[in-house]
Amino acid sequence: MLKSKTSRWAAAPYLVWMGVFIVVPLFIVIYFALTGAKGSFTLDNMAQIGRYSSVFARSLILAAEATVICLIMAFPVGYSLSRLRVNKQHIMLMLVMLPMWMNFLLRTYAWMTLLENNGLINRFLGMFGIGPLQMINTAGAVVLGMVYNYLPYMILPLYTAMTKIDDSIIEAAQDLGCNTLHTLVKILIPLSAPGIATGITMVFVPSVSTFIISRMLGGGSNLLIGDLIELQFLGNSYNLNLGSAMSLVLMVIVLVFMSFTSSFDESEMEGVM
Amino acid sequence: MNKRQSILLQRTYLILVFCFMYLPIAVMIVFSFNESKSRALFTGFTLDWYKSLFHNDMILSALGASLVLALISSVIATVVGTLATIGINSMSRKSQFIINNISYVPVVNPEIITGVSLMLLFVFAQKLGLGGEGGLFGWITLLIAHITFNVPYVIFNVGPKLRQLDPSIYNAALDLGCTPKQAFFKVIMPQLTPAILSAFLICLTYSIDDFMISYFNSGTMQTLPIAIYAMTRKKVSPEINALSAIMFVVILAIILISNHMDSLQYKRTQSAVRTAMTEEGNKA
Repeated sequence: MLKSKTSRWAAAPYLVWMGVFIVVPLFIVIYFALTGAKGSFTLDNMAQIGRYSSVFARSLILAAEATVICLIMAFPVGYSLSRLRVNKQHIMLMLVMLPMWMNFLLRTYAWMTLLENNGLINRFLGMFGIGPLQMINTAGAVVLGMVYNYLPYMILPLYTAMTKIDDSIIEAAQDLGCNTLHTLVKILIPLSAPGIATGITMVFVPSVSTFIISRMLGGGSNLLIGDLIELQFLGNSYNLNLGSAMSLVLMVIVLVFMSFTSSFDESEMEGVM
Repeated sequence: MNKRQSILLQRTYLILVFCFMYLPIAVMIVFSFNESKSRALFTGFTLDWYKSLFHNDMILSALGASLVLALISSVIATVVGTLATIGINSMSRKSQFIINNISYVPVVNPEIITGVSLMLLFVFAQKLGLGGEGGLFGWITLLIAHITFNVPYVIFNVGPKLRQLDPSIYNAALDLGCTPKQAFFKVIMPQLTPAILSAFLICLTYSIDDFMISYFNSGTMQTLPIAIYAMTRKKVSPEINALSAIMFVVILAIILISNHMDSLQYKRTQSAVRTAMTEEGNKA
């Protein structure tokens, strides 16, 4: 159907668009990363990145922490949701997605006000004679911001994967002598592996590349890769070449990470959109 | 652990997680009515922040810009994307594979990379003399950026729908005397319309919500998320709370209405099926 040679031309505008605005920009990133300010080939930019290895390490560690916490928090949620009656599932899914529709700047700002030294949480703790605790401008606050912002991205794929697990499989495992832990390790986790892989990707990638969360909740002392890149492109240390080199490294990190997680299931990404 | 205990435990856990997700939003909404600028002490009820929000020219013009930008970019992305889907569908498997994989790039790449790569392209174009004195950054770069990240969502929404269509329906239309053009617009298009509409809505929401990619390509233009970002940098501005409260209510209303429409649709089909079935029964 519709497989005529002429209908292929319908894709022409997009193919041109794709070439100019998706493919070419990526090559320009590589070009800028490998040239100096005067446009001559150099590996200086790549070499300079070594100086920022602590920032790269911090980004990876904080993003990994946020991903693990999201996974642990979301796993029971996904399971409980998938066991509810269908009409209840719809309402609960709405509730999971509703905060996602709020702009993430506003969501992060909300935590900024909560975590302040004289913010609501510290006032509350103060009533019991605790604190004030230093919560904002710490690495913990950055991880909290990541968890809060990206938790729904973990819950949704886990839920989708777990709706496909039939109750009778779990019951069968229990009848055959599995205790709760065994059922979890031998049945639930392997069967929801595609959802876990998708969830990990969808939390880790935005976490490792963010610059807003670290800037709003981490103060000046918790720079991440995203902050570094932003500083090179729009900030004080304007240096497009160095910024491109950093972007290139970030892209490679993400690609390596995704080739690892996508080996679990390749069709799952389509379900997410 | 027996079944009832397990269910109780699950419920409690769900409630706790939902508290975590909603408490910050609830606090913002409550403090949007707070008289003083304090973000920790509720000193008295006022609607002043809402009033000053509606007199905040920066926010209002940013909102206008965001809406116009979202509308134009979504319309263009939907048209280009739908055409692309039809074209791609009639290509060989190998070309389809390549094009789909390239289209995935803006979807899976970190947003910051998409943002800076487009920015570099525009910087490069400026060096070549495009954009003249004022430079390129502004409306045009924002529009290009938004179309670029929106088109793939159209392709991945409409594509599966197009592949699901039964080819014999199209052939039947041709057999019954339709020209290919008529067959396309009268038979294929109506079946694709729901997918195209939902793709359009997805584009609208992504476009209105986008901060990361716009931030690098806006020049001095302000979209709503960029204006919000500027406000959060000023530390104390209770107007943000008011804005959050309004956005939350609007989103909630949209979701409730669309949910209600869905259930109405569902009931209508159900009752139609039921009447059809009883008629069948009566005949028998």
